[in-house]
Amino acid sequence: MGLSTAINRSSCWSSLTRHKKPPLTSPSTQNPRGPAQNFCDREALFSSYCFESVKAEKESNSLNDVDHSQVLDFPGGKVAFTTEMRFISESPAERAHCYQVLDNDGQLIICSKFKEVSEEIAVKMYSDMVTLQTMDAVFYEAQRQGRISFYATTIGEEAINIASAAALTIDDLVFPQYREPGVLLWRGFTLQEFANQCFGNKADKGKGRQMPIHYGSNKHNYFTVAATIATQLPHAVGAAYSLKMDRRNACVITYFGDGGSSEGDFHAALNFAAVREVPVIFFCRNNGWAISTPTSDQFRSDGVVVRGLGYGIRSIRVDGNDALAIYSAVHAAREMAISEQRPVLIEALTYRVGHHSTSDDSTKYRPVDEIEWWRLARDPVARFRKWIERNGWWCSEAEIELRDSVRKQLLHAIQVAEKVEKSPLAELFMDVYDVPPSNLCEQEKLLRETIRRHPQDYPSDLPV
Amino acid sequence: MAATSLRRFGRSLCWVSRRGLSTSCDDKVVQQNGKSMNLYSAINQALHIALETDTRAYVFGEDVGFGGVFRCTTGLADRFGKSRVFNTPLCEQGIIGFAIGLAAMGNRAIAEIQFADYIFPAFDQIVNEAAKFRYRSGNQFNCGGLTIRAPYGAVGHGGHYHSQSPEAFFCHIPGIKVVIPRSPHQAKGLLLSCIRDPNPIVFFEPKWLYRLAVEEVPEHDFMLPLSEAEVVREGSDITLLGWGAQLSIMEQACLDAEKEGISCELIDLKTLIPWDKETVESSVRKTGRLLISHEAPVTGGFGAEISASIVERCFSRLEAPVARVCGLDTPFPLIFEPFYMPTKNKILDAIKSTVNY
Ligand SMILES: Cc1ncc(C[n+]2csc(CCOP(=O)(O)OP(=O)(O)O)c2C)c(N)n1
Ligand SMILES: [Mg+2]
Repeated sequence: MGLSTAINRSSCWSSLTRHKKPPLTSPSTQNPRGPAQNFCDREALFSSYCFESVKAEKESNSLNDVDHSQVLDFPGGKVAFTTEMRFISESPAERAHCYQVLDNDGQLIICSKFKEVSEEIAVKMYSDMVTLQTMDAVFYEAQRQGRISFYATTIGEEAINIASAAALTIDDLVFPQYREPGVLLWRGFTLQEFANQCFGNKADKGKGRQMPIHYGSNKHNYFTVAATIATQLPHAVGAAYSLKMDRRNACVITYFGDGGSSEGDFHAALNFAAVREVPVIFFCRNNGWAISTPTSDQFRSDGVVVRGLGYGIRSIRVDGNDALAIYSAVHAAREMAISEQRPVLIEALTYRVGHHSTSDDSTKYRPVDEIEWWRLARDPVARFRKWIERNGWWCSEAEIELRDSVRKQLLHAIQVAEKVEKSPLAELFMDVYDVPPSNLCEQEKLLRETIRRHPQDYPSDLPV
Repeated sequence: MAATSLRRFGRSLCWVSRRGLSTSCDDKVVQQNGKSMNLYSAINQALHIALETDTRAYVFGEDVGFGGVFRCTTGLADRFGKSRVFNTPLCEQGIIGFAIGLAAMGNRAIAEIQFADYIFPAFDQIVNEAAKFRYRSGNQFNCGGLTIRAPYGAVGHGGHYHSQSPEAFFCHIPGIKVVIPRSPHQAKGLLLSCIRDPNPIVFFEPKWLYRLAVEEVPEHDFMLPLSEAEVVREGSDITLLGWGAQLSIMEQACLDAEKEGISCELIDLKTLIPWDKETVESSVRKTGRLLISHEAPVTGGFGAEISASIVERCFSRLEAPVARVCGLDTPFPLIFEPFYMPTKNKILDAIKSTVNY
């Protein structure tokens, strides 16, 4: 694969931009691994779009008309010799294009190919985005008031959260980072459950052991968040291998940030996924920042999407503030992941509009104008609202009612969560192993004696 | 800060308790040229001096460019330029691997790991590379210019991944030194020693004290010796040994024990490996009793190693079993943190039962 390939590839991508009609070819003729799928018309267009880029790469690699003495049969396929000493360029002639369906103004871009969304789903998507936005506002405020110890918002990434979740089924497993609570919201985790986790009360499924926003729900196939960056990526691959072995009609999705793509675990995960051919979707939220570190200090590749090529993984870049593009891309990725048993990499271009977390003040390291531009001009929620309004599915009365009711529910949820007592002391020693070993039994006994002697040292809202 | 009573630590030292408990300070002995500052400012000053005094010194890590998430590297990039002070990609194995290579070329590589909890992706680079770089080459190569800084320990609300004290893992690696300061003054002097020591060092900073511990710190360039423990309080009935943030808790227990007529000798180990057995041994020979306290889980903690060594050396002088007051053998738990911690009263109880053994 040489410079020419890189250029072919990007020009091929550019020929497939929204204003041109992509060539229509049957996916089955280009897909060496799996059978053709049953796509509706729109989907056929969409999938041929996806497959087309792959075909283009394969063709540029075709060695059929090459003199066989000029070819090395090498593990992985034939490699042509060349007398030209040409280094592969470090960057494509043009950056990988970004798939978009709705423009900044929520207008459907002419000729755009996307997966149809019903009114019911679209309205739920919008409502959940608004709920997520409101939850962020209310919980952030609760942290400022000292009622919860920590919080991190998803502002600017509502479409990524909700639209990606909407394109999956509940059987698909989620290995999240920490900025995807919307996926859990979509799956039915209640506002009360979110509040319980943030307040670390007895009803928190994690028993108050982890910091706020470290949600997890077995019932919703959402593996518990860990603060450690990128460690979930290889887990996702292993889990996907299990789905493959069990021949399940499901895939795994794992989310991570631009920062996460620098960790060794990211590279290990992509490589394992490609080699084991597992149904996993790697969803990168490239939001421009890893705390204070801009992507220019993170990588010099054309973002994260191009890493797919390096590992033999099909990939696409999408507008992370365009719910319809995300929905369509994840839907197509899921189909490919499951029917062809292959990993897919999605890079969503977006922006972390909020501070990194409540421990951060991002105006220290980035211009306020930049934040405001993304917050106002590229707000994914407003964009999607315009689209559903144009469809006649939404109106300002519904808007007012929704925002009002969600806010009330949230305020109620935090009031309730605040009053629920904490998990009892015994939970400190449970779950370290399946059953507490003798050292922990002994430590519990000693601790209880200490508490009896010094009750004033211990919080009163935690039953001992 | 609520409580601002002061405490004396052998030298003029005035700090504000992190947990609202009493502190003491001898304001008669204020250091010449000393300036009252907190721990992160003392670290920041040490880094300024390190970069100033050695043009082959570099400071880097995640978010270091804008000053670091704990502000320890504030102003460094502006002053020394982005070639010497820079952000790295989010990759701890990369940070340490890179730092080893840089150090192997005769530079001082001062690498920051954002939290000690996140040092584990770099474990292989530290254990198999940094620690053995000199030995495996027959001393043809070394990465002695490497210093790894990482905030460690409890902070009140850090949960599993912003609270751990992983020092014992690193004490089990011949070739690495491990140093932990207890206060701003100590932090500055020890960090400068670590940076200039010809061996790779892991320097854990007590993050709970970054803002809360305040004391007089000399403005000038000074170093405090490594592998020298310090008797910060003399006593005759029992020796208390600890390091880092735990020292202030132990100091409070000493004061309370004193009220009950028990005289405690308090030692700050400072360098965990290679550690100063002589100072600890001579203290235990005098008091006949030893209590060790650390935040890390008790099982396999560095207290176990100290205990074993002191039993080997002072068996016949010991009047009671060595006591350990440490973290529990559980992951670090958010809401249960007050229960998990080796508190002042747990220490006080152990002092009494050891003395009355
Ligand atoms: C292994 C590890 N190293 C460092 C950190 C500290 N840290 C927490 S979030 C973060 C930045 C993550 O950025 P990115 O992956 O882009 O996600 P975003 O916050 O932008 O959603 C860092 C460095 C961590 N949590 N885990
Ligand atoms: Mg990011």
